[in-house]
Amino acid sequence: MSALHWKFMATFSPTIPVKIPEAGHGRGGEQPPIIGGGGDSGRSDGSPNYGQRLRRARLGLAVALAPIFMFFISIVSAYIMRQGLLTVDDRSSTGYIRDWIPVQLPLALLLVNSALLAASSITAEMARRQVTRQAALAPLRSIPGVSLGAERSFPWLAVTVTLGTGFLIGQWMAWQELANRGFYVATSASSSFVYLLTAAHGIHLAGGVIVLLYAAIVSLLNKPVEARRIVVDVTAWYWHFMFALWIGIFAFLWFMK
Amino acid sequence: MVAQDAHAHAAPQGFIRKYVFSLDHKVIGVQYYFLALVAVFVGMALSLLMRVHMIWPTAVLPIFGEIKPETYLQLLTMHGTIMVFFVLTTAPQSGFGNYFLPIQIGAPDMAFPVLNMLSFWTTFVAFIVMLSAFFAVGGAPLHGWTGYAPLSALTNSGPGEQLGADLWITSIAIFCIASLMGALNFITTILDLRAKGMTMMRMPLTCWAWFITAILGLLAFGVLLSAGILLLLDRNVGTSFYVPLVVVNGQVMAHKGGSPLLWQHLFWFFGHPEVYIAILPGMGVASQILSTFSRKPIFGYKAMVYAIMAIGILGFVVWGHHMFMSGMSPYSAFAFSIMTMAIGVPSAIKTFNWLGTLYKGKIRFQSPMLYAIGFVSLFVSGGLSGPFLAQPVLDIPLHDTAFVVGHFHLIMGVAAIFGMFAGTAYWFPKMFGRMMNESLGRIHFVMTLIGTYCIFMPMHYLGMAGQPRRYSQFTEVAYLHKLMPLNTFITYAAIVTIAAQFIFVINLFWSMFKGPKASDNPWEATTLEWTTATPPPHDNFGGHTPVVYHGPYEYSVPGAPKDYIMQTDPAGVTAH
Repeated sequence: MSALHWKFMATFSPTIPVKIPEAGHGRGGEQPPIIGGGGDSGRSDGSPNYGQRLRRARLGLAVALAPIFMFFISIVSAYIMRQGLLTVDDRSSTGYIRDWIPVQLPLALLLVNSALLAASSITAEMARRQVTRQAALAPLRSIPGVSLGAERSFPWLAVTVTLGTGFLIGQWMAWQELANRGFYVATSASSSFVYLLTAAHGIHLAGGVIVLLYAAIVSLLNKPVEARRIVVDVTAWYWHFMFALWIGIFAFLWFMK
Repeated sequence: MVAQDAHAHAAPQGFIRKYVFSLDHKVIGVQYYFLALVAVFVGMALSLLMRVHMIWPTAVLPIFGEIKPETYLQLLTMHGTIMVFFVLTTAPQSGFGNYFLPIQIGAPDMAFPVLNMLSFWTTFVAFIVMLSAFFAVGGAPLHGWTGYAPLSALTNSGPGEQLGADLWITSIAIFCIASLMGALNFITTILDLRAKGMTMMRMPLTCWAWFITAILGLLAFGVLLSAGILLLLDRNVGTSFYVPLVVVNGQVMAHKGGSPLLWQHLFWFFGHPEVYIAILPGMGVASQILSTFSRKPIFGYKAMVYAIMAIGILGFVVWGHHMFMSGMSPYSAFAFSIMTMAIGVPSAIKTFNWLGTLYKGKIRFQSPMLYAIGFVSLFVSGGLSGPFLAQPVLDIPLHDTAFVVGHFHLIMGVAAIFGMFAGTAYWFPKMFGRMMNESLGRIHFVMTLIGTYCIFMPMHYLGMAGQPRRYSQFTEVAYLHKLMPLNTFITYAAIVTIAAQFIFVINLFWSMFKGPKASDNPWEATTLEWTTATPPPHDNFGGHTPVVYHGPYEYSVPGAPKDYIMQTDPAGVTAH
């Protein structure tokens, strides 16, 4: 190919980055796992790439929070839109009315529930730190002659599960209280949204409860700590998100009623 | 056994674990592909019935009988839904993406293999639930693939709006969850599992397209899920999210105060990104193939990446252009109109760069290249009518006409399908270890390209002449009489084009078993999937992990010994 052609080509081809070959630019330089990868394979073979698995699971969780957030944002947007909407007055059939009825939320009960969830978020964090510490110390235990003193094994997981279940029961009681006050799911648009938001949050939290219950059972069975560390770690972060989300929903329902 | 130990999970032995509930992303990719293949034939059969009904409205068809107006609407609904969800969303992203994304970035599998298997089987369940709507009491729903309320929100608004509509919504909700799991896996895999040296800006454009598509899916499907849940509540619990005070058959419904517009906003907030979910992977495949078969680097790699990102971002702020007819504020219509036309800029950048890649290239006109050029052609033809419809003053007269049908079928339907054809022809040797028949591929390409233009181009004229869409029967309408020959032509073109698809299927299955054996790199391409064996081993690279030294499109590099440099070639070039 002639030199002239290349010269011409150069005007139409992007500059080709011909560098001295090197590897490992930036963030991409991570080796894929050699053993025990595939974060959710549920296997725990004490693989050396344990940190990578944890990081991957955390990344997966962070990504998973985006659609959950979008889900709630879309319902909140619908709430705001519906609140400002004028609807046809079926009595006069000529004019429009604003038919938004503020829901009388059982404030005291919801505050208690929020306190329960706040406490459970703290205990979830304690469980996360406990399991991190156990995982870090696990290799030392196998060394003969090394004693780590008395095991501090306060059942943070069980406490978290209990508090979380308490919150869900409290939410159920809040629904009953709403029903006592005459607000059913289909009573008005406002009550529909209250039930929808609390139920959607409750279902998400129940998912976390089930996962932590699994982790608590695994810890009772004296399985190695690696078997539950990632699960506990990721669920604790999820739990904190669920707590923040609940505070957001509660504040929204209270101040935007 | 080194290879197996090195993999995230050992190669399974039994048939069920190997081919049915497999954790291997390659098997899952093929599963998605064949699911979409089944779905596309179902969808195509429905479209054939519709076309036949449009020109012979009273014909009594064998097996199917006579098509009543409500049956026509059911066919329309199911055709749209199956095509959009189970074909356009499934094959390009989940099918090819699952198979080739991990290999192209040098990973042994997806980040979460179990989740990956779950996403496929959840999609499968969604498909079965969707098909079961045909057999529900009253038949399939008739509210269109967009499911506009209050038609979709009332159980007595028509045949098919009882159980059929509930199944339809449930299927879509299940599909949302499956897609969210898939998107989560794609994003984590790309961010966390790239091989050494595979920087983001060394990824093939296919990977970029799958990445941005996954982000779109991640943000859009959650919203569709919530919209679907509200719809189910309206239908079954008596809430009034979408249903205003409404009278059906002289009977006042219990609902009041809801907003049909709310459904449209939520649906199209998903629905417009969905258009790009369907087309972006095709753009990635086209870029890959145009570069490889022109033996030139892709023109403006960075511009291509930023254009994909720009399309992704803009795709989220234009949903209102589907709603110009809804009586929304003219000010917001204006804003949506401007944003929509702005999408023309990154789209034009991509088209310009594809043409720049072809310009003065040493083009190899093999079937993958033909399909990729077909993709560009259809993308341009279908895309050019976009700015027309983006303007409220033009959209309002054209919106409910065949013009829109022609527009979106060209760009979202057939262009994306050509992306799949291109992907199939390009990657078939790697997937099945054999070459597809080139002659059959060319015959299929020519017939399909000409056929689709014959079907969808005249629809633009029909639309401008005022032929409404969604109407089951207009042979009796006087002003449409003159258009009937054109409609007849379209139907014949559709029959021929559908027949041509059997050439593709025959080629696919025949080549799978009888095609000539493929080498590891039959197209002399540079990306990682061509460095491994054909078909790839269970852990993709046979026990070692590749190290990447080059960008993905180093063709005809001056001074290089060959006209292409593999991404994993440590030597690179000796001179220059």
